[in-house]
Amino acid sequence: MTGYEGADLAIALINVVLLGLLFVIGVAIARMRSLFAIVMLSGVYSLISATWFVALDAVDVAFTEAAVGAGISTALLLGAMLLTSRTAKPEPRAMRIVPLFAVIAVGCMLVYATIDLPAFGDPDSPANTYVGTAYLERTPEDIGVPNIVTAVLASYRGFDTLGETGVVFAAALSVILLLGFGERSLSASLRKKTDKKG
Amino acid sequence: MVEFILERGNYWAIIGLMMIGLYTLFSSTNLIKRLVGLSVFQTSIILFYISLSRIDGGTAPILFGADAKGHGGDHAEDVAAAAAHGADAAHGVAADAGHGVADTAHGAASHGLEHIYSNPLPHVLMLTAIVVGVATLAVGLAIVVRIREAYGTIESDEIREMDLEVALAEYAHDHPGEADPA
Amino acid sequence: MKTDHHVILRVVAKPLIPIISLFALYVHFHGDYSPGGGFQAGVIIAVAVILYSLIFGITPAMRAVPPWFARSLSALGFIIFGAVGVWALMMGGNYLDYDALFNEEPGGHYGQHYGILFVELGVLFAVAGSMLSIFYAFAGRVTEIKDEDW
Repeated sequence: MTGYEGADLAIALINVVLLGLLFVIGVAIARMRSLFAIVMLSGVYSLISATWFVALDAVDVAFTEAAVGAGISTALLLGAMLLTSRTAKPEPRAMRIVPLFAVIAVGCMLVYATIDLPAFGDPDSPANTYVGTAYLERTPEDIGVPNIVTAVLASYRGFDTLGETGVVFAAALSVILLLGFGERSLSASLRKKTDKKG
Repeated sequence: MVEFILERGNYWAIIGLMMIGLYTLFSSTNLIKRLVGLSVFQTSIILFYISLSRIDGGTAPILFGADAKGHGGDHAEDVAAAAAHGADAAHGVAADAGHGVADTAHGAASHGLEHIYSNPLPHVLMLTAIVVGVATLAVGLAIVVRIREAYGTIESDEIREMDLEVALAEYAHDHPGEADPA
Repeated sequence: MKTDHHVILRVVAKPLIPIISLFALYVHFHGDYSPGGGFQAGVIIAVAVILYSLIFGITPAMRAVPPWFARSLSALGFIIFGAVGVWALMMGGNYLDYDALFNEEPGGHYGQHYGILFVELGVLFAVAGSMLSIFYAFAGRVTEIKDEDW
């Protein structure tokens, strides 16, 4: 661990505040029963994690999380909630205790695994040395684009992004197959309304 | 000891968030609440990956200052630097035992870049994960809406009871002579 | 449509929606130099239309941006992405090898710049169209629950 000079106090403070907020929101989501509140809190969760991404220098990810996680996801969850129900049933007692044990066991195993992980912000960790550094060094010469995330996304990993676009397209297709195009069901609902009036 | 905890406290907090998402996913019977738990779980995993990519003293991976102009005039220098780096990489792979030495040679100091940037690769991967996550969430919600229309409820235990009743009724209908299989 | 409800929302949203769309184009075309790119821009365009439909109702939104347009846009985006790869193939390079697009000297970056721009344009169309189609599919559905149950 050469070159690591301990945690920065300001960053540590931001981490504590934002992670604490996320923790409170997570517990509230787990305990609440009003689906509207749950959906809105999940939007808040996404926004606060986007803030934390900015503190971690991942501006592109923060942008995407704020637009996709907090924007589109919340709109879709609200739309689905309008079509289904407003409140969740309280969980039976066994459904509260048994998952708690399972989750605590998984958490303990994961915490045990973190002992071997490199320190937070360590520039010499394996993840930060080989291929990531290579992208940083070669992008000005290969691509000539300042934003390395764009260069890697669209050029170095173009096939990846092609597949991802295909996934989004396929998701839209399957939602259309499951729920209809939208205009037909809309016209059906409008007809039902006029029938009731007439 | 305190330093050890400070260096890994973030990971533990993120694991806690992951476990909250997993608990919501396990314990809830409401399908929409389950999907929210799934997305909380997913966001926490993205937090974990991004926290691995941070480098102390680094900045966002957008080249600025002298680094951004690197592709203009002084092209030969860049090529030379890249070639030297290639040699470094080959050395690092060959001499895995001398890990520490190769790593220090690779570290932020010898970038060939003026500034320190955080690792862009996890950012790209997580960008992909977020967009794919919302796509799968949309498909899941569409299925939940269809389940609500077919069963009239989105509580998974009620759906299971209804399925069991239908199965028993069909069995009784097909085998009128036999007793109840349950 | 009731005219006395949400006056402030409607007055504020009307000038905001063009600005949101303009911001999406900025995010896309400036994606090489600042955070952003096709995904974010596509989502922002979809959000502009979703905001319109939330405030003015789903029927006017479907009149402004018809569902057939949204799903054609999504398919068109995917085709643009694949076509850039075929273009590179035609010019003698590998699939999605942007260096081959304009047959330039080694070291030139026009192919990379335009390749990234076109590919991100495909991503923008695909994401905006898909997100909008998904939203229309949910919003066009008939709600069975009455508003009094809230």
